[in-house]
Parts: sequence; C-alpha cells; structure tokens
Amino acid sequence: MAAISLAFWNPVVCLVVFLVVIALIYLLRSRGEGGYKKGTEQTKAFLCGEELPEVEERHVKAHNLYWGFFQALKKYYDPTIKAHTGIVNDYVLWLTVITVIAAITFTLV
Amino acid sequence: MNFLTSNSSILIIAIPLLAAFLVPLISKASAKGRNIFVVVVTVFVGILVAILAKDVYANGAHIYTLGAALPDITLPRGYIVPVRIILEVDGMSIFMGIVTAIVSLAAVVYSLSFMKRETGQDKFYTLFLLMMVGMFGLEFTGDLFNLFVFLEILSISGAALAAFRTRFGDTVEGGFKYLSISAIAALMVLFAIALLYAQYGLLNIGALAAVIQFTSLDKLALALMAIAFAIKLGAVPLHMWVPDTYTVAPASITIMLMAASQACLYALFRIGFTLYGGTTGTISMGWIVIILGVLSMFVGVTMAIPQTDIKRLMAYHSVSQIGYMLLGVGVGLAVLGDTAALNAYGRQAMSGGIFHIINYALYKGLLFLTAGALFYRLGTRDLNKMGGLARNMKFTTIFFIIGALAISGIPPFNGFASKFLIYESVYQFSPILSIIAMLVSIITLASFTKVFQAAFTGPALPQHKDVKEAPRSMLIGMGILAVVIIFFSLCPGLIVDNIVQPAVDALINQGAYINGIMGGGL
Amino acid sequence: MGSLLNFPFLAAVILAGIALYILIFKKNMIKFIMGIALLEASVNLFFVALGYREGGGAPIYTNSPAGIMVLPVPQALVLTSIVIGVSILALMLSMAIRTYRHTGNIDTEKSRRMKG
Repeated sequence: MAAISLAFWNPVVCLVVFLVVIALIYLLRSRGEGGYKKGTEQTKAFLCGEELPEVEERHVKAHNLYWGFFQALKKYYDPTIKAHTGIVNDYVLWLTVITVIAAITFTLV
Repeated sequence: MNFLTSNSSILIIAIPLLAAFLVPLISKASAKGRNIFVVVVTVFVGILVAILAKDVYANGAHIYTLGAALPDITLPRGYIVPVRIILEVDGMSIFMGIVTAIVSLAAVVYSLSFMKRETGQDKFYTLFLLMMVGMFGLEFTGDLFNLFVFLEILSISGAALAAFRTRFGDTVEGGFKYLSISAIAALMVLFAIALLYAQYGLLNIGALAAVIQFTSLDKLALALMAIAFAIKLGAVPLHMWVPDTYTVAPASITIMLMAASQACLYALFRIGFTLYGGTTGTISMGWIVIILGVLSMFVGVTMAIPQTDIKRLMAYHSVSQIGYMLLGVGVGLAVLGDTAALNAYGRQAMSGGIFHIINYALYKGLLFLTAGALFYRLGTRDLNKMGGLARNMKFTTIFFIIGALAISGIPPFNGFASKFLIYESVYQFSPILSIIAMLVSIITLASFTKVFQAAFTGPALPQHKDVKEAPRSMLIGMGILAVVIIFFSLCPGLIVDNIVQPAVDALINQGAYINGIMGGGL
Repeated sequence: MGSLLNFPFLAAVILAGIALYILIFKKNMIKFIMGIALLEASVNLFFVALGYREGGGAPIYTNSPAGIMVLPVPQALVLTSIVIGVSILALMLSMAIRTYRHTGNIDTEKSRRMKG
C-alpha cells in the first residue's frame, strides 16, 4: 500500500509565520503618531486635495469589479450566461441529452 | 455500550425519523422545548456516529441486517442470496456520515435564531430531521431499492425546506426546480434498478456486485444511474438548478442541501467503485467523471465571478468545488484496473478528492452561513447594496475570511491540503488537468476578494449604520464549523491517515464489501 | 403468445416518450407536473410488468391454487414507488399554486425570476 504523506509541509510553520507577521504589524502600528485631533481635517481621507465625494460614491460596488476581465472574455461569457436560461424545461433537455450521450458511450466502449 | 455499538447504524436512521414526528407534538407544548429537543437529538445522533466510527475503524465494515435474529446474519439459513434489507457501513460510508453529522449540527444550531422570525417552525424541524434521515440512510444502506427510497425522502424534504419561506416569491421557484430534477433523477435510478433486478433478481449492492456480467442492459443501467446522481450533485452541464435552489433556500438549509449533494456524490462513487468495480466499465466511467469534473470546475468558477447576489455567487462555487472531488476520484476510477498507476498516483488522487469532500462541506458551509448572517441583518443578498460591514459584524467578517482563504486553497488552511494532493497526483495522470485545477483556484480567490471588497470593506454606508452582529446561536453555528476547519488545517496528516485512507481503501477494495454481505451466512 | 407479453414494455416506452416530450416542450407548470406523473407511471409499469409470469396467480400462499405465481417483490417495490410519487406530485402542485399566487402565472418561462 502506497503511503500518502503530507510530511512535505507543516501547517505549524505557516502559523509561526502568521504570528511573526502579526507582531510586525503591531510594531509598525505602535510607531504611528498618537497625538492627532479627532473629527478634524486630520482624520479625513486625503484625495490629492480634491473634494471628498459622498460615502455612497466612494465605495466601489460589486458590479464594477473585474469589468475588464468580463470585457476581455465577452466571447466566452455571452453564450455561457445565455445558456443558463433558468427554465426548468431546459434543465430536463440537458439531462436527456447528457443521458443519451452517456448511454451511447457506455454501450459502445 | 455494546448494544449501542451493534445497533448504532440503524439507530442513527431511526432516532431522527421518530423524533421528526415527535417535533410537532412537543411544539404544541413549548417552542423552547422543541428547540432543545431538536438540538439534543442532533447531538445524540452525532455521538452515535462517533461510536459507529470507532467500531468501523477498529473492526472493519459494520453490518446490520434488519429483522434478523442477530445483526450480522446476512443470509438466512439455506439462502445463497440476501433477502433482507442490509445496512453496510464501511470506511467510505462512515466518512460521509461524519460529514453529515457535523453539517447538521452546525445547521440546526444556526437555525434556532435564523428561523425565529418564520411561521411554522415545527414543520421546519420535522422536515430538517427527515433530511438527516435521508442522508444517513443513503450513506449507510447496502440495498439499491432502499437507496432509492432514501433519495426520495431527501429530495422531498429538501425541496420543501428550500421553498420554506413562501412569503418570498423566488423560494418556490427554487424548490420547484429542485423537486423536478430530483423526481426525474430518482425515476432514472428506479428504472436502472428495474433493469438490474430483471436480470439478476437481486437488490443488494454487494450481492449484485458479485454476479454482475456487464451486459448491454447493465451498461444502460450504469449510464442512467451515473447521470441521475450527476444531476443531483450538480455537475456541469447539469448544474443549473444549483444556483437557483441554493440561493433562495434558508442559509441553514443551503448547507444541508450541500451535504445532500455530497451524499449523492457518495452514491455515485458507490455505484462506480463497488457495484461496477469488477467490470471493464470503470475506465469509461472514470473518464466521464473526469470530464464532468473539469467542466464543473471551470464553468462553475467563471460563472461565479459576474454574480452580484452573494449566495448565487457562492452556489456557483459549490459547482466548481464539486469538480475537484470528481476530478480526484475520477482519476482513481480511471486507473482502478491498473495496479501500478493506482499505487503511483491513483490512491493519492482519490485521497485528495475524498479529503476535499469534508473540507468543502466545512468551509462552504461556513461561507453560506456568513451569507445567511448578512441576509438576516440586511434583508438583502445583493452585493451592490452592501459595504463597510466589517465595522458592524466583526465575528462574521473573521469567519468569512477563514472560509474564503480555505476555499481558495491558501496555505495553511485545509483547502490547500486537499487541493495539493489533487494537483500533485493529477499532474502525473495528465498535466493539463492539474493546471486547469490550479487556474480555477486562482479565479476562486479573485471572486472571494470581490465579495470581501464589496461587502466588508469600504467606508461605513449610512444605511447600514445600525446593523448589529448576528445573533449568538448563528455565531455558534458558524463557530462550530470554523473550529473544525482550524483543527483540520493544523493537522491534515492526522485526518488523511485516520479518516480518509479507510474511505479510499473501502472504495478500492470491492471484495471486502461483497464479502461483508455474502460471507455472513449461517 | 410470447410476443404479446412484450406489450407492457412497449407501453412503458411510449409513456416515457410522451412524458419526455411534455417535460421538454410544455411550459405550463400543471402540464409539466403531468409529465412527471406519466414518467412515474411508465417506470412503475415497466417494473411491475417484469414480475409477471404467464398464467401466474396472485402471490398469496394461504389457500393458493396450484400453479405458478407472479413475482411479489416488484409489486411491493412499485407500491412504495407509487406512494412516493403521490407525495412528490402533491408537493409540486402546491408549489405551482404558490407560484401562481406570487406571479399570477404558471408558465415556467414567464414566472421565472432567476437566470444567468
């Protein structure tokens, strides 16, 4: 019986690295400036001196993410999304077609 | 203790079945008492699964013959074929039993708060327990017709639960689609059983495996059963019901449906490895499973990225993750007849695929539960309406991060352990398949980054100012899964050696399964 | 005479064909449910016809007449399958009613809200 081992990697190493990184982050954070004034210009986000937009417009919404990815793969996405019609009759059609293909494959091979 | 050990397999099925119909009665007296009762039953079933697992890992397959004088008398005096219903629990069955037990426990604890605002909770818990019955029965039975009956119990209760919150219009649509394809798939299974029964006059899987000839009718039966279970587990191109149903079901039921699809995956493997294991059909069956697996991985993940409904996005990831399991185990199935290849990489691929089953159930369950927590507090699943929620829901955010890192296969999480086993072994079988698997992992990470960015980070939106953290029972439900994930992440070797390896052996060693049935006469 | 025994199987195939046609092309939910009922009937007919033996009597041992009996097991299995089928149909019909109340339509295409 061939033994299957996961000996080549040890999750504890990752855990140690994780703890070290946490310690580093804490160190960096503790060196930050403590004496700032809350609620003034000092705590606002800095946007090249421009006026800060409203909260609603600052957040990048989900449908804007990866826009280029979908644009580049338009040829793949258009037919694939179109195939997911959401009509239960089409599901049965897919099932029938695949069953026939499988039955033919099994009986011939 | 001895009584519990020898009868545990039937008790695991019988106790939730009886408890299911006690729930409405207890509900009449007190709603709180009913909740405690359901949790106690689930915990007790979990303990029984642990007792059974201890027995199976110590003494090999556990046989229980219903109605016999002693549980291990499979063949009555003078018979050469089994006539009674037999439960046979081997390494693979108990592995699936453990998955089901963990998922149901998390789901039932989560439901206590999640379903609090709904009407008809007594019916909810009745159906919930019936779903557990269906899953455990499907995993433990050694009888084909019994398998069909439990499959139907699972389908009916699952569809009713998916459509449970009928005040939303779309839930009914999801339930209807699930029930339609389940009914058709179950009828295909029944037809295949009829074909096998017509030739051999047997219904027991072990007894059938001993005599099966692999005639044309057997091949037709194999095709029907394989595709029926493939649609139940949602392999591309038969996956389209998965996003529809998973999206609308209550979050705790979504993870139960996910466990149900795992049970159907088990049934597929049981048919492929045990029932048809000795025939020449395993190579073509293996290739069909591999092709379905690769298609599922790729189409699932690419369809997930454009989604803006958080649960729909996760549902497409379910399709994609199922692909990994199909790929890993399919490679094992394709090289089943070739001992050298099987020992070189086939067993490792199967270990990866089977280890992935339990990992997937854990981290995907956790992710669906966090999505449910968001829905509970915000009343929407639309990612476009979310933002900055990490400020209000700290624990949910941490649980989401754990789940997202695990599903993307980032070390040291458990998803990495099983995916690495699959990459490494599949590379020896066919490099291109392994590369596709890695690519899919990267896209998975990308799409969960999208969810994290859209829902949890960003400035605090004014409309979500008063959003509170999820209620305590929901946090406990998520916590159960998160703790198990961290445990699995820290000692994957322990899990692979003690739980996954017996499951792989049980699938490969067809003779032991047959012997369990045919060797138990007087 | 032997060829006559094949008629139930032929009927089962025809029923399954009609059922599949309905399931694929009929978008009315009630008709769809009828299609599932027909598919059930087809499989049940096939299964119960398997157990038939020419000239066989009912498989009841008490006071049974001499001669062969039909197989009892398929009948028991089909009985179970019929019961399951009824519950599935009932649940599906109740879902069709719910869909109609929510959308005012029982067309599987027009009442659908999820796609893509």
